[in-house]
Amino acid sequence: MELKSIRQLKINQKAIIKHIKARGELGRRIRDMGLLPGTEIQIVGRAPLKDPVALRLKGFTLTLRNNEADYILVEELDVPTDY
Amino acid sequence: MSQQTIKVALAGNPNSGKTTLFNALTGAHQQVGNYPGITVEKKEGFLELNGYSLHFIDLPGTYSLTAYSQEELVARNFLVHERPDLVVDVINANSLERNLYLAIQILELGAPLILALNMMDEVRAQGININSSLLSKRLGVPVVETVARQGLGKKMLVQTILKTAQQSPQWKPLTISYGPDLDPAIQEMVAHIQEANFQTNTYPPRWLALKFLENDEEIKSIVLKENPALYKKIEQIHKTVSDHCEQTLNTYPEAIIADYRYGFISSLLKDVVKKNTHTERIAISDQIDKVLTHKVMGPIFMFLVLYGVYKLTFFLGEYPLHWLNAFFDFIALTIDRLLPAGLLKSLLISGVIGGVGGVISFVPLIAVMFLFLSFLEDSGYMARVAYMLDRIFRFFGLHGSSIMPFIISGGIAGGCAVPGVMAARTLRSPKEKLATILTVPFMTCGAKLPVFILLTGIFFPTQKAFVLFSISMLGWVVALFVAKFLRSTIIRGPATPFVMELPPYRLPTWQGLLIHSWEKTWMYLKKAGTVILGISIFIWFLMTFPTLPQHQALTYLKQIKQLELKIQQLSNKSKNTELLAKLKQKQKTLVQQLKREKLLHSFAGRLGKSLEKFTQLAGFDWKINIALLGGFAAKEVIISTLGTVYSLDTSNEGANLAAKIQKDPSWTKAKAIALMIFVLLYAPCMVTIVTIAKEESWLWAGFSLVFNTIVAFALSSLAYQLLS
Repeated sequence: MELKSIRQLKINQKAIIKHIKARGELGRRIRDMGLLPGTEIQIVGRAPLKDPVALRLKGFTLTLRNNEADYILVEELDVPTDY
Repeated sequence: MSQQTIKVALAGNPNSGKTTLFNALTGAHQQVGNYPGITVEKKEGFLELNGYSLHFIDLPGTYSLTAYSQEELVARNFLVHERPDLVVDVINANSLERNLYLAIQILELGAPLILALNMMDEVRAQGININSSLLSKRLGVPVVETVARQGLGKKMLVQTILKTAQQSPQWKPLTISYGPDLDPAIQEMVAHIQEANFQTNTYPPRWLALKFLENDEEIKSIVLKENPALYKKIEQIHKTVSDHCEQTLNTYPEAIIADYRYGFISSLLKDVVKKNTHTERIAISDQIDKVLTHKVMGPIFMFLVLYGVYKLTFFLGEYPLHWLNAFFDFIALTIDRLLPAGLLKSLLISGVIGGVGGVISFVPLIAVMFLFLSFLEDSGYMARVAYMLDRIFRFFGLHGSSIMPFIISGGIAGGCAVPGVMAARTLRSPKEKLATILTVPFMTCGAKLPVFILLTGIFFPTQKAFVLFSISMLGWVVALFVAKFLRSTIIRGPATPFVMELPPYRLPTWQGLLIHSWEKTWMYLKKAGTVILGISIFIWFLMTFPTLPQHQALTYLKQIKQLELKIQQLSNKSKNTELLAKLKQKQKTLVQQLKREKLLHSFAGRLGKSLEKFTQLAGFDWKINIALLGGFAAKEVIISTLGTVYSLDTSNEGANLAAKIQKDPSWTKAKAIALMIFVLLYAPCMVTIVTIAKEESWLWAGFSLVFNTIVAFALSSLAYQLLS
């Protein structure tokens, strides 16, 4: 399946992280928060100006800027959302 | 009988309830300081029990123990160099997996650990079951369940700390496998480190090796400095394995390490966490966010909240402020009555009481502001504000959290930069924080307002509101663009990653709010207080010395005395009130004139005169210069100093300052606008300068003094030249 960036996902959509391109400080921060390949995420919202984006993963909500989220490539899960 | 002291460090993620637990454990027995050389707070607390003295250190909240932020470095260096007897890692049990990431790193360092699974009430409410005894068995460390907000589990935790401490645990680093690619490299590195016997008592060799693979600049530079030969060997291994990972796996050691750590955590948590998905409810927090971060309702609510916080801060801060001012006026008056006229009296009233009063008068504002600020932070709303506003502030090289300092400083006209600069503590990104602190003094603080009101009243009587609003807006525009300028020149560099947790909404505890507000206020008094007093006395010195030659002063004093005698005679004899009033006015004018002569003779007066050559560019004469110099002590002083320097104009006795300015032909609209721009933008007052020095450094405080004045002068000169 084709890899997408988080920017392309709709709200409530779930996806699995496949690859993280970020290095250095951003890469470390992203990993520290548990964003790793294989992690399931769900888009929970976007700020009023469409940026940053808020994600749900591992029982908490995380927000990051679109240009930071662009380093995270995901594969969509087409399972319908639970709620 | 001597007590045994047990040093316990509290570690944990931000929003894990670490500070709440710290407050619950130690109550009021706390002290706050700073780690040497940096502005990260060091909080310590004490608890006496069963002949033991527990000494708690609340480490800064971090997600990891890398070297990317000051907080992480502080937490890590404390563990490495201070070697606490025990570490309690406060875990937000709602996101156990991520919170254990820090715990694993503490264990890899070898510190004796106790896990406090906090917020267990929320976990249970979500239908999640955590088998903490299984987790304890797997990790080999005690696990205690707590609900810090209600103080639940506190006793159990203390008992566990005592019990563990009695067994005098040793530092034993945890060993995790990092897979077939890294493990051999780590072993090789460890062998070299052990061979060189490189500070193995401070840094566990395996941990040191891992830090090389993680490309940890701090550790690498230490090894390079202490043992260049060892550094060369290890770095060579790092490079080889790094290239290998790059070529064969398209990844790099840092990422692999994180992968394996999380892998280790998932194996730990197998069967530990059981989720009953049927009872999993949509978190209330998500529901609230649907409204509070909604694209239309969110911003509206946010501006109401920010406006409300601003209004309430200055409304509630005003009453104690008046009481304090009245109190200091009373002391000044008492000294005035008791002491004979002279330098000592002048020093006490203008220098000391002015200084102490100046310091104390900010206390109510700071206390109230931090009460609201910690409410917004602890409730989780501040993170939403940053989330909603980040897109705008990022354009200027700032952070969504910059909004609060801007508003408090006078983004809504009438604020104050002192609590504003302190409000920047919510920013965790150092560059964005510095740019925020350096630009908030451009806002329309309450002390600048009287100048604007005076001048708009004289020169723009029909467009008062419009001009005041424009000035306020100019503050915003200059602040934001100067921030952009600074972030692309001297504070250059990529934006600090925003990556931020949106914690669930929680009702803050009263204890937490009060302790937080009290600490901040006390820190301000302790750290800024003495310096401000010193500067205040220095400014008094500049405006008093050299004193007026005796004979000059005497001519005034004689006249004043004569008038006083006349007034006494008159008031005893006749009821000629008109004449009496006239004489009294004349006397008052003479007193003012004496004051003016004294001021002109002083260093400040001379400086103002000699600066006239330059300040003519902006249309400022020496009278304005002196007032502006005085305004450095406090912007409120500008009007009163102008009043003093304009007091010579005896042709229209009894006229107030506004009337005098109106009649002075040298005053034009252009000059008024130039002056308003200058007052808005020039050097922050000394209390703000000292606060900046305490929050950042004296270098940046000095920078803001010079830089802001240059910006102000350039813009006001430009305005003056264009308009006249």
